Amino acid sequence: MNRRSVAAFGFSVLLAGAAHAQALPDTIKIGVLNDMSSLYADNGGPGSVVAAQMAVEDFGGTVLGKKIEIINADHQNKPDLGASIARQWFERDGVQMITDVPTSSVGLAVQEVARDTKKVVINVGSATSDLTGKACAPTGLHWLYNTVALANGTGAAVVKAGGDTWFFITADYAFGHALERDTTAVVEKNGGKVLGSVKVPLNNADFSSFLLQAQSSKAKIIGLANAGGDTQNSIKQAAEFGIVQGGQKLAGLLVFIADVHSLGLQTAQGLQLTESFYWDQDDQTRAWSKKFFDKFHKEPTMIHAGVYSAVTHYLESVKATGSVDGPTVVKDLKAKPVNDFVIRNGHFQDDGMLVHDMYLYEVKKPSESKGEWDLYKLIATIPGAEAYKRPNGNECPMVKG
Amino acid sequence: MSLPPAQAMFGQLLIGLINGSFYAMLSLGLAIIFGLLNIINFTHGAQYMLGAFCAWLLLNAFGIGYWPSLILAPILVGITGIVIERLFLRRIAGLDHLYGLLLTFGLALIIEGLFREQYGSSGQPYVIPPELQGVRNIGFMFLPYYRAWVIIASLGVCLATWFVIEKTRLGAYLRAATENPVLVQAFGINVPRLVTLTYGGGVALAALAGVLAAPIYQVRPQMGSDIIVVVFAVVVIGGMGSILGAIVSGFALGLIEGMTKVFYPEASNTVIFVIMALVLLIKPAGLFGRAA
Repeated sequence: MNRRSVAAFGFSVLLAGAAHAQALPDTIKIGVLNDMSSLYADNGGPGSVVAAQMAVEDFGGTVLGKKIEIINADHQNKPDLGASIARQWFERDGVQMITDVPTSSVGLAVQEVARDTKKVVINVGSATSDLTGKACAPTGLHWLYNTVALANGTGAAVVKAGGDTWFFITADYAFGHALERDTTAVVEKNGGKVLGSVKVPLNNADFSSFLLQAQSSKAKIIGLANAGGDTQNSIKQAAEFGIVQGGQKLAGLLVFIADVHSLGLQTAQGLQLTESFYWDQDDQTRAWSKKFFDKFHKEPTMIHAGVYSAVTHYLESVKATGSVDGPTVVKDLKAKPVNDFVIRNGHFQDDGMLVHDMYLYEVKKPSESKGEWDLYKLIATIPGAEAYKRPNGNECPMVKG
Repeated sequence: MSLPPAQAMFGQLLIGLINGSFYAMLSLGLAIIFGLLNIINFTHGAQYMLGAFCAWLLLNAFGIGYWPSLILAPILVGITGIVIERLFLRRIAGLDHLYGLLLTFGLALIIEGLFREQYGSSGQPYVIPPELQGVRNIGFMFLPYYRAWVIIASLGVCLATWFVIEKTRLGAYLRAATENPVLVQAFGINVPRLVTLTYGGGVALAALAGVLAAPIYQVRPQMGSDIIVVVFAVVVIGGMGSILGAIVSGFALGLIEGMTKVFYPEASNTVIFVIMALVLLIKPAGLFGRAA
């Protein structure tokens, strides 16, 4: 190869590279990656896809002249499967942003792929505070809630009401461990004590043995550091084994409206829980929820609302910056406050967490409920700064100080 | 890890026995179908789920309660089993086991998918029948009456089934038909009908387990696939085709799993498979099986 052809080659590669960086893809693809078929499918699942599509329709269907497309896949709560789908989406299929991603172990794995590829992941469904803690990533955003907020919400409320000894039944993976850790910190900070815990495999049908261990610990509060089908089974079986009759109380640390609906008010009444959204909270939430209900025939969970909100704000930032480049869009997202029907008084921290108001609810008694989905009453609003305050500081390298 | 007090141990043993009841009933159905029909019935988990859903539907659509459902649901689901046998399984009767496995696995996926599409993945509530509600403080634990009923019912059903197969004339015909269908048919016994009814019977057993499970586990489409793999491991440990082996292994493994939940709960999902691997290494035909 003579010098001239090398120069020509180098120059054309440079041109091609530069052209690639400025040109937008023909379609802006957003991927909804979640559990479509197992224990978390009713909290997110197909409903999240509907919510994302609603966001695209309400945005107008196109951004910067390009069509927006929502694609969806089932990660089956397996981190390796979730990571490989994310990688294929980002690297081969031209997906610009992935959202939802429940199941904290999958959420962490997908965030690593986002870190590698510098593409955006806006996690709505996972809970672990590690996503904006020791595993924080420049293009990873955590939109809706985390284990710290759940601990500061439900955990603090229960301890202050007199529940000062705890025993945890914990889902044995990233989410359960994070929730137990963060709630333990809050309990101890408020003068309580943790008497013990038992780690249970994910997606477990029978909790009788673990409930028995919780009973013999004589702790006043049995903390359920699990979610979805696991929480439903724990609560149902606790009722069966006379846990409450024996004088102990359950604390459901992550409970969604789909869970309460499935358990029924007879079983779930009195349960206190922390969420970011309830369909019947005010006129704004009711208006949006009606549109969702017309399409999906169930009231939305906070994840469904969160996915709508995340997709909408992402598209607004794409429009504002004129680009789909990960770091550019994330910079724009982080710079602006967020205020919509689900996120109130929201602003981003350096670590990627969208801090916003959280709500402590209590499940109504059957006599108090006037409709199939009339399930919660609002006990308290927790301002973002208080809800997301980490009891033991933050290990995220992006946070200064 | 300190040893829990003796009292707590008894409680855990009892719970292990309760779980073992489900394993025993389900593996009994599987063992019958495999032992007598040579079909690896992967649809068994879906049929267990159908039993639970049938009980739920009977209650919510027709107001039929738990006690009649105990009889009705197995019959109804057993009929669907007969339909499956007539339509599908009969055609692949002479082929390699794998075909039966694939076919029944595919059917299981279809059935589960249809129900998930219709009902979502969250469970449907099914109330414990009023006669069996409540707990009794038996000293070392609060034992729910319903769970005690589960142990009694499944022990009764397992023993009755074993008795029919091993000690009655009908059972003798069944066992003979497995050994040598041609000869048995020559004696005037309608072998194809026997096969069909046996498959239906095995399926009905699964459905009965489903009705028993409905009040305590959640009635959800995944309940079958959650349990079926463990049940297969139980059958392999007991010996594929051994009726007694299935019953004994079911209860014993329930107990072992229960103990694991006390001492090392993180392993409670895998302990049965570890035992299965060991048994296959040492005695491939299973603990009670006869080498083919």
